[in-house]
Parts: sequence; C-alpha cells; structure tokens
Amino acid sequence: MAKSAVQEFTKGLWAEIPPFRLVLGLCPVLAVTKGVETGIFMGIATTFVLVCSNVIVSLLRKVIPKGVRIACFIVVIATFVTVAELLMQAFAYSVFMKLGIFMPLIVVNCIILGRAEALASKKGVGVSFADGLGMGIGFTLSLFALASIREIIGNGTFYEIPVFGESFQPFTFMIEAPGAFVSLGLMLCIMNLLGKK
Amino acid sequence: MREMIRLFVVILIFSAVSGGLLTILHSKTEARIEYQELKFVKGPAIKQIMEGSSNDPLVTRFKLKDDTEERSFYVGIFDGDPNIVAFETFGKGYEGDIGVIVAVNVENDEIFGIGMTTNKETPGVGKRIETDVDFRLQFNELSIEESIKLRNDGGQIDAISGASLSSGGVVAAVGSAKEIYKRLKPEIIEKLKGFKT
Repeated sequence: MAKSAVQEFTKGLWAEIPPFRLVLGLCPVLAVTKGVETGIFMGIATTFVLVCSNVIVSLLRKVIPKGVRIACFIVVIATFVTVAELLMQAFAYSVFMKLGIFMPLIVVNCIILGRAEALASKKGVGVSFADGLGMGIGFTLSLFALASIREIIGNGTFYEIPVFGESFQPFTFMIEAPGAFVSLGLMLCIMNLLGKK
Repeated sequence: MREMIRLFVVILIFSAVSGGLLTILHSKTEARIEYQELKFVKGPAIKQIMEGSSNDPLVTRFKLKDDTEERSFYVGIFDGDPNIVAFETFGKGYEGDIGVIVAVNVENDEIFGIGMTTNKETPGVGKRIETDVDFRLQFNELSIEESIKLRNDGGQIDAISGASLSSGGVVAAVGSAKEIYKRLKPEIIEKLKGFKT
C-alpha cells in the first residue's frame, strides 16, 4: 500500500505529467500561462481542488451510486472550486482578477474529473490523496515551465521582474493566444523526444 | 423504483451539504472580498482622480438605488467641501465592457476626472486607454450638459491612434455616467450634505 501510494505520487511528476503527457486540461493551460504568477496560482488552485475532490470521492466511493456518479463528482468538484475561488478573492484578489473566468472553469477541467473517475472512485483514500497531490504538483510544474518561457520571451520579465536590459524588444506574440499553442506544441515535442528511447 | 429514489436522495444530500458549506464560507468571506474588490479594482482609479483630497474616498462612500441597480458613490472632500462624487460606469469596448470611474464636481456640473477600472482590451493597443494620460485628461472640465464625442464623430475628444474603438468605449461610458448623474443628482446632493465638515 505504502509503496503504491509513492508510485501514484511520482507518476504525476514525470511519467504521466499533465498536461504534457496526458494532454488533458489544455484550455486553462493555454490561457493562464501568460505570466508566471497566474500560472503558479492556477496550479495551486487546481492542486487544491484535485487533492480535496480525490479524497472526498474516494471516501464516498461506496455511497455514490453508479448511475449518478458523474453528477456527484461534479458537485464535489464544483464545491471545492467555489471554495478556492472565494478564498482567492478574499486573500489574493490581484491574482484572481488576472485568472478571471478560468478559476470557475476548473470545474470542467478534465484532469480533475478524469482522476475522480479513473482512480479515486476505485481506490483507497491514501492512494487517491497521493495521486491528486502528484498530478497537481505535476500540473503546477508544467504551468510554471510554460509560463516562464512565455513570460520571459513575450514580455521580457520573470514574475514581473525585468530580466533583460532596456534594449530588449519583447516578442509579444508569445503572450498572445497563438504563442500559447506554439510554445505548448514545442514543449510536447521536447517531451516526446525525451521520452523516446 | 427504489433505485430511482436512492439516486435522487444521494444527489439531494450531496447538493444540500455542498450548498450549506458554501453559504457559510460565503458569509464569512463576504466583507473581506468586498473590501478587496474596492482596493484592487476601483481603488487605484478613484485615488488617482481624487489625489489631494483630505479624506479617503474609499471610506467616504454611500449607495443609492437607481431603478433596480444599487450604485456606489465615492466622495472626495477638497478644502472641507464634499463636492466631488465618483462612480463606475461601463461602455462597450473592442472586447467586453470597459469600466470607467467618472468623477463629477457637483458645484459646477463639470467632469472632475476619469479613470479606468476593468477591461479586456488588447495589450499594447486598446489597453493604452489605461496608460495614456493625455487621453484621460481631455475629459476634465467638460460640462455634463455638453455632448461628448470622439473628434471623428464631430466631437472634442481625440481618440488614441489605433485604438478608436476602445476610446469610443470610454466615451460611451462617460456618456452613460452623464445620464446617471442627471437622473440621481437631487439624491446625490442630499447625501453629500451629510459629509460636510
């Protein structure tokens, strides 16, 4: 049990790191990686929701009837998303403003529903917790990596601190929507190259 | 049939528990969120307009009912006279609404200043309505009786080059501010008397 929980945790960090390996939940990935700050906060919020919903779904897996399981998962997930949203509004409003609509949209993030359906509804609490935490941290790292690339090239800053001299002309394309696709594509490409034996 | 009832009851309990928890959390965070919203969204714009006032306009505020909507008004006290009243209005921009704080001097019915709050304009193009000081200052001291238009439409406001749509949105917001002010003027004056020191 202990060993498999560790495995569940570590697989989220590399072997099945979302979104690069799973290629799930791309919508927020593309949208919030304009800056490192929003990327990290989105990752933390998603991790919070993922861990909490995994634990609750796992605890209630014997109570939830098969026929309405998806509806029940969504209620659990939506509750935690709202909790995260309210807390972020109360304590980190400036970030909440930048994340905007993508906070409530965590409800329909397929990583979270996917983990609830594929793992948490079948396995014990410990494993589900480890899986949620691993996947969440993996997701946060991916967002961080992508956001770093985009913010440094597209805006010349890292966490809103300038990294280049005055003469740097930012490549604004990278922080717009098309730049998100291009950089995500390149990242997937690199990940595939690294994965190839 | 019994299965149907079971499904129904489970969903009902899930939703009820979730709703209950969220209501509690919402009531706990409500005041904090309202303050944060004020501080981050409207605060900077209001403070910028009211620079030099002897009070904190975010604290000196009142609410009025306008049809079905409740509007917040922020008061600026200069030389002991509470003559400046600011409120938020919206105009249609290139993408979504542009939020504008319009401050009116009730003594001579002139616009005291405007400031931008929220918008989704394109960075580097329409977003310049936030940073272009000259554009913003053009509105100062215009009478609310005057018709305010962009120069292209035969008015007096020079649009920011390349961002005439966003500039038009700001003009539209100021236009609707004039309507609100005219509609509520007697009540505003009544309320302002209470702030006289």
